[in-house]
Amino acid sequence: MHVIDGASDLLLNATDVAKHYGAVIALRSASLAVRPGEVHALMGANGAGKSTLVKILTGGVRPDGGTILVRGKPFAAHSPAEARRGGIVSVYQEPALIPDLDIRSNLRLTQSPVEATRHWLAELGLPDLDLTDLIRDLPLASLRIIDLARALAIEPDVLMLDEITAALPANLTEHVLEVIGRQKGTDRSVIFISHRLIEIAAVCDRATVLREGRTVGVVDVTAGSENRIVALMLGDMVRDLPARVADAATSSGRPADAVPRISARNLSFGTKLADVSFDLYPGEVLGVVALEGQGQDELFDIASGSERPGGGELLVDGAAVSFRHPADAIRAGLVYVPADRAEALLMQRSVRENIALPFTTRFGAWGPIDVRGERRKVDKAIETLQIDTRAAAEVRRLSGGNQQKVTIARWVAGGVRTMLCFDPTRGIDIGTKQQIYQLLRDLAAAGAAVLLYTSELKEIQLACDRAIVIFGGRIVAEIDVADADEATLLRAAYDLRPEELMPEEVASAAVESAAVESAAVESAAVESADPGVGGPA
Amino acid sequence: MVDALAPWARRNVWTLGLVGLLVVFLALTKMIQPNYGAPGIQGLAISILPIAFAAVAQAIVVISGGIDLSVGSMMALASVTSAVLMQNQGDAFGVAVVVGVLLLGLTAGAINGGLIVATKVPDIVVTLAMSFVWAGTALLILNTPGGGAAPWLMAVISGPLGNPWLPKALIVLAVIVAVVWLPLRRSTLGLTLYAVGSSPLAAFRSGVAVGPTKIIAYALTGFFSALGGLALTASGGVGAPVPGSYTLQSVAAIVLGGVSLAGGRGGVLGPIIAVIVLALVRTDLTFLGVDPNLSTAIQGAILIGVVMFGSLVAMRKVRA
Repeated sequence: MHVIDGASDLLLNATDVAKHYGAVIALRSASLAVRPGEVHALMGANGAGKSTLVKILTGGVRPDGGTILVRGKPFAAHSPAEARRGGIVSVYQEPALIPDLDIRSNLRLTQSPVEATRHWLAELGLPDLDLTDLIRDLPLASLRIIDLARALAIEPDVLMLDEITAALPANLTEHVLEVIGRQKGTDRSVIFISHRLIEIAAVCDRATVLREGRTVGVVDVTAGSENRIVALMLGDMVRDLPARVADAATSSGRPADAVPRISARNLSFGTKLADVSFDLYPGEVLGVVALEGQGQDELFDIASGSERPGGGELLVDGAAVSFRHPADAIRAGLVYVPADRAEALLMQRSVRENIALPFTTRFGAWGPIDVRGERRKVDKAIETLQIDTRAAAEVRRLSGGNQQKVTIARWVAGGVRTMLCFDPTRGIDIGTKQQIYQLLRDLAAAGAAVLLYTSELKEIQLACDRAIVIFGGRIVAEIDVADADEATLLRAAYDLRPEELMPEEVASAAVESAAVESAAVESAAVESADPGVGGPA
Repeated sequence: MVDALAPWARRNVWTLGLVGLLVVFLALTKMIQPNYGAPGIQGLAISILPIAFAAVAQAIVVISGGIDLSVGSMMALASVTSAVLMQNQGDAFGVAVVVGVLLLGLTAGAINGGLIVATKVPDIVVTLAMSFVWAGTALLILNTPGGGAAPWLMAVISGPLGNPWLPKALIVLAVIVAVVWLPLRRSTLGLTLYAVGSSPLAAFRSGVAVGPTKIIAYALTGFFSALGGLALTASGGVGAPVPGSYTLQSVAAIVLGGVSLAGGRGGVLGPIIAVIVLALVRTDLTFLGVDPNLSTAIQGAILIGVVMFGSLVAMRKVRA
């Protein structure tokens, strides 16, 4: 092992990279130093600036400050094509393949060597792929492998892999990790972005951790370094922990014969959800915690009637339901508040019309609208939610927070039994957030059931009674609100066992076996071998 | 040979279906009008030439994810420009005019595309607005049908070549499309046209220059529209400042021809066959003595019927 001194030996050297969007600072001072022949993990919680740094390195976004050198030469890209000429090739979460062209044409489009790509396809476990197959006709897992094989065939200085193993079956994951591991010791490097710490441990040499737009540490990946990585991602999060908005309804206070408002039984959906079961009781706010893309979107799509589950069933008030359309879910009392307000609102219409929409669209109600009754309900909802109606003529002119209140108000106006909230406080101001937490608590106190997915972990303790944690499409933990501090939730979200329950030998055994076996197969083995360790309660 | 053709056939089911439909309508025409023969075919070939070029023009831009509502107006502009300049001029000058008009079409198309890319105004709005600009310019140049076509230009598309069943107009169409489109289809530029239409984001991430590709697509559409305008001049012998509803007919032809309005799918052969099928329908209805207004309505019904049938077949295939 040779000592590397000075920046001249670095393959990629990004220092003090900064980027802001108006007043919002996405990156303050991010640095990333990648040596030749290493697999380097880039880590960070939601909002740490990871995706902004990735966009800068792939030519999607221009930085406001800092320097980036690739093999000592300045790197500045305005498009993925320029990034590639500068030596950085990325494999995105969504494959960059043209659906209406066949594989060969896609290779020609990027001027990628066909034989080398074929070689890597074989190495990655898809030796029999017909290059005349249309991309449109292939499964997502194959597309990710094709995208990766093409990138490997180009032999870039830096290969950036964003969640490459997401949605891959275990055998392909194994091939992918093995091939990535083989890049070590060459004169090229890999930047590896993954939520799966077990994979980081298996293939990465070092990890750079971002928090709040800064690089807060570079860790040598060794046995047990996961805990150090998570500690860096969390930072000093215990400060400014606000008090609970209201007292939670404890599970012990629930009558023994209470019927859950919603019961999920072994729900599955493609490769995204597997065997998801939970109960949501009236009078309860149940938090859902997950890193991006762990299957929470699909869970909410199923519950709100936009998608039908691949397997398992959904029970409402104890009776099995099968939603063909969101209208079915709404009739069953399951109403949905999406994160993207543009999905829910008629942006060009008034606040009043937006709130009244659910009760004017009731089936068979094609006749005249009961204007007076509607106005009464709408006025009440506006008052309950304290919606600022100064720009009420067009919803798009309202602030984000007020828009979100309108999406909630339309359901509150008609009386809520079950509300499904998907990250309702995303991108809105702190005051409105507080009002929304309070509203959710009030709804629960009035007997409604609320399922709340949030990307801000501290919201769990502010608004929920308990939380379930989803990782890789499965529920990996259920945590009572009293224990649901950010550190615990983040650990659970990364599928790490609680610190005190993770003996040294289990941790190191996990890392060692991961190096030889598939990560997915292996993590299942650890779970079954040690069922007492922090499994779902 | 058969093995090599099988995948092509699988991917061009729609085009093959259209060929079948064409054969059916040809047979039908022969049944309705037993003395329909070589002269009929020749007349048909000349009459479809302008709309066939318009369909190719529209197909290219729609494949690359856009739409051009100024195809008809660009044809008018090309037609009057060529007719005014060619009138009473020699053959050599006529050739120069043809080249100049094609460049004019290329430029007009590039202006359409450039405006769309630069202003980010929706393509329908830009090309609709530009259709008024091109149509107005055409009327400024020639406000009633007039001018003239070089004799050689008219000769190029009229009459048969050798065999009386082989109209020159059809050969001209085949040769021009083969010379311009086939090499393009096989080039990287052709791939980028399909790529941009199929998925602009994936194309951008694959390193395609999306904006310039779109401009090139519109320029090609202008080029083929100009060919359509020249065909109008050649077939009529005069410039046509108000040529008719070629824009909407071109959209109808590409839809029937298997080009996806969502972009990325289809070719130019399908739309050309669709043009012939639609023309045959009109011919047959005329032979049958159907009111011309009713026959227009029937054409519309056939268009919807065929496209609906195609979608139903595609849906069944997905379910199976």
